[in-house]
Amino acid sequence: MTGPWCLAAGIAAAAILAMAPLASAQGVVAPGDVVFDDYGEVAQSLTGVPGNPEAGRTVMATRSLGNCVACHQVSAMADVPFQGNVGPSLDGVADRWSEAQLRGILVDADRTFPDSIMPAFYKTDGFIRPGDGYTGKAAPPDLPPILTAQQIEDVLAYLLTLHEN
Amino acid sequence: MRQAARLFGSGALLALLMAGSGSADPDHDDLIVNGEIDMIERAPAPPYVEAFDEIISGWSFRSDETQALQMDDFDNPGMLGVERARVMFDTPMGSGGQACSSCHETPEALRGVRATYPKWDEERQTVQTVEMQVNECLTERMGAEPLGYDSPEMVDMAALIASVSRGMVVNVAIDGPARPVWEQGRELYYTRFGQLELACANCHEDNAGRMIRADHLSQGQINGFPTYRLNNAALISVHNRFRGCIRDTRAETFPVGSPELVALELYVASRGNGLTVEGPAVRN
Ligand code: HEC
Ligand code: HEC
Repeated sequence: MTGPWCLAAGIAAAAILAMAPLASAQGVVAPGDVVFDDYGEVAQSLTGVPGNPEAGRTVMATRSLGNCVACHQVSAMADVPFQGNVGPSLDGVADRWSEAQLRGILVDADRTFPDSIMPAFYKTDGFIRPGDGYTGKAAPPDLPPILTAQQIEDVLAYLLTLHEN
Repeated sequence: MRQAARLFGSGALLALLMAGSGSADPDHDDLIVNGEIDMIERAPAPPYVEAFDEIISGWSFRSDETQALQMDDFDNPGMLGVERARVMFDTPMGSGGQACSSCHETPEALRGVRATYPKWDEERQTVQTVEMQVNECLTERMGAEPLGYDSPEMVDMAALIASVSRGMVVNVAIDGPARPVWEQGRELYYTRFGQLELACANCHEDNAGRMIRADHLSQGQINGFPTYRLNNAALISVHNRFRGCIRDTRAETFPVGSPELVALELYVASRGNGLTVEGPAVRN
């Protein structure tokens, strides 16, 4: 039984990798393989491909993706309406946190802020009754993280532009 | 030119910040419906609600325009559902040819019901919601088909039953045999569901008064249910609202009428003990 099952899984995984850009296919760190240090920092890029800050900004503003502005106010994104205040303002985060710290906060904020209400954007297990996106239905067995590895790097690149003044 | 642009820029920012902080707290307006039903929008928190000193009706978190719609029955679109249910109340249903009014002369005879439900039912050995009680009457006393738990007819009937208790103080029992169910509900309230790992308490306790995107987070009280939601242009049941909030955590929801949502309803209702019945309330 294990033989064909493993083979099928292997093919599926290969198919997923084939969809990613070739350059990053080799280097994508899977959610379960991310290495954190004791403070929740993640030093290594998840893709090896530099993030695109403009794409990251879009991820942060889009409801179905990061929707970061649901909880955070960002003055540099004043064109995006209805910014929330559940979390702190992200103005000047690039002065307060290093790249590795910010990557760690995005992947799994709980490791930096224990019991944080901020969701883990690059995690696939440990959930209670996970759903299939916002449908209310049960999650598929291979539930993807909320953001892809490259989207995390893109958001990170945008956060690193947020300096005070 | 540049100077003007900068001034305008900071002015816009200031306005944004002020809009944020200005709407951060619920207001202190007084809710009097039809100029005669004086509601209690703020009450001391029951001892088992440790996060707050004061419990506050969801009405106090809404804009003046939305608030106004609930202050007069002629402006409250939820009252149309109440009127539809009044007709149903007098309509014979089922094999015995009986109507609700055959046993309960008028809807007003059911005044007080909403304030104490969900409630332990001795005969059935279970906690019953208003909807379950309506279906018990329909199937066991009238020989009729049950209504869908979340059907428009049921929501209308629930709105009628709430409306005749408006102004009464919510007083749901949490002791005795209902206790384990209440505890199950409390457990659910603090469980961080879904891929976003958010519990009811994360939004409605830790962040009540704050903005989550365009929404001003209230304490998530249910004394105003069913509520007429302007966004849906419909009356919305308690379980429908719970399902929406659970769905928004990227979780698998529970079915309406499920034991989990009944337990959650009992617990959340008890968090409002001391507020007044407002249903059908109006929300955005
Ligand atoms: C449901 C609410 C919520 C969402 C959604 C959310 N955050 Fe957060 N975030 C928080 C909270 C709350 C904190 C403060 C830390 C704490 O108390 O847990 C925080 C902290 C942070 C910090 C540290 C800020 C500082 O100055 O200390 C950064 C950076 C951050 N979030 C970025 C993001 C980004 C980027 C996204 C979207 C991809 C996001 N957050 C989505 C709630 C949220
Ligand atoms: C991600 C944040 C979030 C979570 C988690 C959440 N809610 Fe909500 N809830 C909202 C928002 C936003 C609204 C609309 C604004 C308001 O009334 O607070 C709302 C509204 C409500 C209302 C309507 C209140 C009224 O006066 O009309 C109830 C009741 C409610 N929630 C109960 C719950 C329960 C029970 C849970 C857990 C099962 C829960 N919520 C989880 C965000 C949330």
